[in-house]
Amino acid sequence: MKLEIKDSPGQLVAALKPVSDVGGNIKSVIHERDPLSESKTLDVEITLELPEGKLDDLKNLLKKSGVSILRIGEERFLIRKSVILIGHLIHTDLSDTVDRIDGTGFAEVGELSMIMPAVNEPTSAKLTIKSDSIEDITRAMDLLRDISRQKGILIVEPLEGI
Amino acid sequence: MKIAILGFGSVGKGLARIINEKNLGIIITAVGDSKSGIIDNKGLDICKILDNKEKTGLCGDMKITPELILNSADYDVLVEVTPTNADTGQPALEYIKYALSKGKSVVTSNKGPIALEYSNLLKIAEENKCFLRFEAAVCGAIPIIHALEHGLAGNNIKRIYGVFNGTCNYILTRMSDEKLTYQQALLEARELGYAEADPTYDIKGIDAAIKLVILANTILGFHKTLDDVDITGIDNIPSDALQLAGEDEKTIRLIGEIDVENEKLRVSPRILLKNHTLVVQDTLNAVTAETDLAGNVTLIGKGAGSVETASSIISDLLFIRECNGRRY
Ligand SMILES: NC(=O)c1ccc[n+]([C@@H]2O[C@H](COP(=O)([O-])OP(=O)(O)OC[C@H]3O[C@@H](n4cnc5c(N)ncnc54)[C@H](OP(=O)(O)O)[C@@H]3O)[C@@H](O)[C@H]2O)c1
Repeated sequence: MKLEIKDSPGQLVAALKPVSDVGGNIKSVIHERDPLSESKTLDVEITLELPEGKLDDLKNLLKKSGVSILRIGEERFLIRKSVILIGHLIHTDLSDTVDRIDGTGFAEVGELSMIMPAVNEPTSAKLTIKSDSIEDITRAMDLLRDISRQKGILIVEPLEGI
Repeated sequence: MKIAILGFGSVGKGLARIINEKNLGIIITAVGDSKSGIIDNKGLDICKILDNKEKTGLCGDMKITPELILNSADYDVLVEVTPTNADTGQPALEYIKYALSKGKSVVTSNKGPIALEYSNLLKIAEENKCFLRFEAAVCGAIPIIHALEHGLAGNNIKRIYGVFNGTCNYILTRMSDEKLTYQQALLEARELGYAEADPTYDIKGIDAAIKLVILANTILGFHKTLDDVDITGIDNIPSDALQLAGEDEKTIRLIGEIDVENEKLRVSPRILLKNHTLVVQDTLNAVTAETDLAGNVTLIGKGAGSVETASSIISDLLFIRECNGRRY
């Protein structure tokens, strides 16, 4: 995310405070004073991590402190959701399930960990889906629910959120 | 205040004991079980009846039926604590209707009649200017109905969710903490008397679903039936799944959830952080209401038990007496 702020003392703090206010995490800050620029503004490029759904809050807070946003970067797949799948996962082709999520283009499977059960017992796997926005993760979850219904797999979803 | 008690099992006996021990101004004039009954309009000798029940399995005389009690005993409030039938609500439904139509208030711990016919029963109660209360039917000792109806009056309730079934919570707690298999944990729950011989209602999530239907229809004014609830039980959860959750300091609990805006009712096993407020141990119940003014309010307590459930019945009785200007 790239921010434009006024070149006066305290402004950088004014721009950074809202990030922590919404629970975000600043990864790096790069100043660049454009020598050709006539204006008295300072460009600051901030890379940050935000909790789910907090981008709008941050934008509002920044606007209130007089900071204008030049550009919001194309950071991808910061929202994640872990579910546990239970069933005959191998038998129903787990890699096909993963491919169908990855194939959407708007979500992908991050981690996948599995416990091999005793013979004839169902397999349990933890699967993390990553995506850009709440809507996309909801769409990916809907798809996963559909696939699971077709394949007779039980999904245990987290309580919070969607 | 004079009461008649129909059903003299765990809850009925617990209630009689409390009333006998505490000076609450409540007089029991009649008691009935499945095979017998006893009436004394001046007030029954509770110790003797409890003793009789213990020794003979009967609370009174086999000639005295529930119908006779409803018709001829002198009571202000009927306490209906017979077994739950989720399909028909009977025989409780008839007992309740009869009492209400005679202008007698009713307090029940029975989920069946309330889940099936709340609006009809409320209409009969209102026509006859009497009360119908059922605090004990949802989450035993927890005053959830009172909290939602009165304590949070004026709030918009956005979501109600939590642990509504103590049996499932016990099983999942044991699977999570002691790495028991589902079968081992169920067996243990049975031995401790936390699960019925036929635990289907509990483990399939039906019991929790009925409680959601009751809250939805009585507090939120919906018209839901059991068929409207999306239900997944815990009987297909292997201990491996709890182990996977445990790797991230999480666990699995059976959660009942009412999404008020979308009028959606759902019971399903869900992943929660181990330190989440709703991750309660053993047979406890825990319910959170998400509201616009009060924020989140969570109630935690015992969802079952003889005296614990009777506590909610006592509270309903005293509430009715208060509303009636302490006339009895
Ligand atoms: N136990 C709890 O912790 C708890 C918690 C919340 C709600 N509840 C609800 O409260 C109610 C009572 O539970 P409980 O545990 O006390 O049950 P219970 O121990 O099985 O006792 C049921 C009582 O009802 C009597 N009964 C059966 N059929 C009858 C009939 N047709 N007419 C009159 N009496 C009849 C039984 O008679 P006999 O003694 O002759 O068999 C017994 O005394 C149930 O609806 C239950 O779902 C219970």
